[in-house]
Amino acid sequence: MRFDTVIIGGGLAGLTAGIALQREGKSTAIISTGQNALHFFSGSFESVVEKNERMIDFFAKAGIPLHYAPGVRLMPLGSFRPSALCLEDTDIFPTAKVGSKVLIVNFMGYHDFFSTFLAEGLEKEGMQCRIRLLDLPELEPLQRSPGGMRSVQMARILDPIWEKFVQEVRLLIKDEDIVVIPQVFGLKDPSTPGLIREDLPVRAIFAGTLPPSVPGIRTQQLLGRNYERLGGTYLKGDHALRALTKDNRIIGVSTKNLDRHYLKADTFILASGSYFSKGLRSNPFEITEPVFDLDVNYSPERSDWYNPKFAADQPYMHYGVKTDENLHAIKGGTVIQNLYAIGSVMGVSHPRFGFGAGLAIRSAFHVTDQIVQESKV
Amino acid sequence: MKIQEYTQSKYNFEECMKCTVCTAYCPVLQVNPLFPGPKQCGPDEERLRLKDPYFFNTALKYCMNCKRCEVACPSGVNVAALIQSARIHYDHTPPKVRDRILASTDFMGKMARPVAPVVNAVTGLGITKTVLDATLKIDHRRSFPRYSGSSFTAWLKRHRKEQAAFEEQAAYFHGCYVNYNHPQLGKDLVKVLNALGVGVQLLEKEKCCGIAMIVNGMSARAARNASVNIASIRKAVDKGLKVLSTSSTCVLTLRDEYPELLGIDNDSVREDILLATRFIFERMEAGATLHFRPDYHRRIAYHVPCHLEKLGWGVFSERLLRRIPGVEFTLLDSNCCGIAGTYGFKKENYEAAQNIGAPLFDQIRSVDPEVVACDCETCKWQIEMSTGYPVMNPISILAEALE
Ligand SMILES: Cc1cc2nc3c(=O)[nH]c(=O)nc-3n(C[C@H](O)[C@H](O)[C@H](O)COP(=O)(O)OP(=O)(O)OC[C@H]3O[C@@H](n4cnc5c(N)ncnc54)[C@H](O)[C@@H]3O)c2cc1C
Ligand code: SF4
Ligand code: SF4
Repeated sequence: MRFDTVIIGGGLAGLTAGIALQREGKSTAIISTGQNALHFFSGSFESVVEKNERMIDFFAKAGIPLHYAPGVRLMPLGSFRPSALCLEDTDIFPTAKVGSKVLIVNFMGYHDFFSTFLAEGLEKEGMQCRIRLLDLPELEPLQRSPGGMRSVQMARILDPIWEKFVQEVRLLIKDEDIVVIPQVFGLKDPSTPGLIREDLPVRAIFAGTLPPSVPGIRTQQLLGRNYERLGGTYLKGDHALRALTKDNRIIGVSTKNLDRHYLKADTFILASGSYFSKGLRSNPFEITEPVFDLDVNYSPERSDWYNPKFAADQPYMHYGVKTDENLHAIKGGTVIQNLYAIGSVMGVSHPRFGFGAGLAIRSAFHVTDQIVQESKV
Repeated sequence: MKIQEYTQSKYNFEECMKCTVCTAYCPVLQVNPLFPGPKQCGPDEERLRLKDPYFFNTALKYCMNCKRCEVACPSGVNVAALIQSARIHYDHTPPKVRDRILASTDFMGKMARPVAPVVNAVTGLGITKTVLDATLKIDHRRSFPRYSGSSFTAWLKRHRKEQAAFEEQAAYFHGCYVNYNHPQLGKDLVKVLNALGVGVQLLEKEKCCGIAMIVNGMSARAARNASVNIASIRKAVDKGLKVLSTSSTCVLTLRDEYPELLGIDNDSVREDILLATRFIFERMEAGATLHFRPDYHRRIAYHVPCHLEKLGWGVFSERLLRRIPGVEFTLLDSNCCGIAGTYGFKKENYEAAQNIGAPLFDQIRSVDPEVVACDCETCKWQIEMSTGYPVMNPISILAEALE
């Protein structure tokens, strides 16, 4: 099967590249082993500090509204972190002192939301906190099952009854000026959190839960759907195995599901993520990139890989595939002209493209712009 | 430095990193609180089961083996296979009469065929449905597949000579559905392959692929069928033939469930077992052409069955359909229809099955196509019953569009 571009990895980086190219009229395929880091997405696009109109417009076209307001956001364990560009679910404040009195609402039997840590964090910033549990009869079937009270299953039940939820919260509010709610709303529709916010008499903050992330899954679904509606071929659950190479160019890749049927293309984009997604692999001796066997940037001295302090910034997280400045991948010291690397397979951060979602999207744009440009000449 | 040899656990279950991604994609977990979900029933409980079979949880029966958890898992854990193999190994309760009947698709077909009009009339009656519901717990709201009066194999045997005249040949694993319920689909395949210059022959012996037996606690019988099928397939492959099927579930079973769940080795023939649309697509990519009617027109919405999504081959059917001039094509969102073979026929699952399918049915109604295309016979029953829209196999659409 032939495409203009084949993308390996269907996370934020791969989907962004796929959608951008489809919108330019290219034919593309995305091969994606399984789901990706978007399922843990907080809703904040890390390392995007500028008002990036291009990103905002890009996501709006896929039905994903973003808002820009440089400041700080509340983390799931009660600390605050800088943020500027977010999904609608995530609130950004100028400073960590977001109010004076806070009501933290959780659901009976829901253990994936850390109310007490949140309260401790907020109290440190000088706010008074009260935690209340809601016991909604609609959630009772989930409470009976061991795996039931999980974000996604809860959202499926809560989304249609968000108005009832708002009424219940109204009854709980005394003199608080802020209410903190778990991110378990808006599995399908990105507007639900906004509707809840509008209907509450005080300012609402949606705080992160343990995975899977409801806003993250929704974002993944909307991007995937947008990609398919644009005519992209999304090979879900398939795994790129090996590449067919000729004269230092990639001609095709084979996959687990397609046996010897190679996917051929003019250009290839590697967006296979980091260790977590198996875009990078490690053993005690080396760190490798399994599909193309690209050069990976890491210290030969294993003791350099990690910092014994658990919470420290770990050097191994910064290792990734080597590229030239236009993100062409490098193998055996030679640049491969029709293979690019984007997103976290390059390592957790990049001097030019930032880290997190910023890295994924900026690097995807950088590469797709080149591909579109080159096809015009 | 000394390190342990690389080892791989069965069904890769040690690779599970507890990310919970699979739980978001399991259709049953979203509608049935009695089901603990793929992560818990699969890798989590496997650890316990390996220690002591006492930990086997009968709620595993709610898994409908749709494989969506496997498609979603980023770590390559064979979650559904873990669940089904646990059921095979630890659940020793004999299958109910009802489950035996539902699983015996070939036996039922053989019995029903000579008296098909009677069977069709009877299973269509309200009273029959009430009785089946009360006695066997086969849900009375279900409509039953109709049986055909003459089998596909009998038809193909009558045309054996003209099929043998084609220089190129392919073997057809028709499956129970084509043979007993819908021979027309088999005839459509013959028409399309003949147009490509390929003749169609039967396997020396063919038994039901056995998937319904595997999930209904009759794996020993399934394994007997599997041995017969693989032996016949091997003979065909030795003659240089590809073995084609028009059912995505049969293909998945022959290729993947045999070795994974039944321990039947199919290594030497696995790559030669293909969904017919893939075979046709690859022929056309290699230069073969089909001539379509210039006046053909169809608004088609294509649903990728769960098992085809797992195979990763929906793209072949999709691309073939898109190639037909005059086809207005919509790809439906990835959703499960809820039937999962025999699962949705059971009274205890009816509600869940219809809730699972709801998003798909809603989308079909809003797209409002002339026909829904789909490569699975049980999806066809479920979608036709639940939406009223006709469902056709992509092969039948190709056949209809041919000059
Ligand atoms: C737990 C966690 C939470 C995070 N939260 C945030 C956040 O809140 N905000 C933020 O900005 N950033 C966050 N990040 C950073 C995140 O990595 C990036 O934002 C971004 O999502 C990375 O996207 P990616 O496409 O590069 O990689 P991934 O999302 O990892 O996607 C890679 C995909 O490639 C697939 N793949 C790998 N190998 C193959 C192969 N051989 N064939 C086919 N497919 C393959 C994988 O299965 C996977 O689906 C988080 C990361 C993690 C791990
Ligand atoms: S096979 Fe389907 S029903 Fe069974 S656990 Fe996996 S996703 Fe759920
Ligand atoms: S998706 Fe895979 S790795 Fe994640 S919890 Fe499920 S089985 Fe484990």
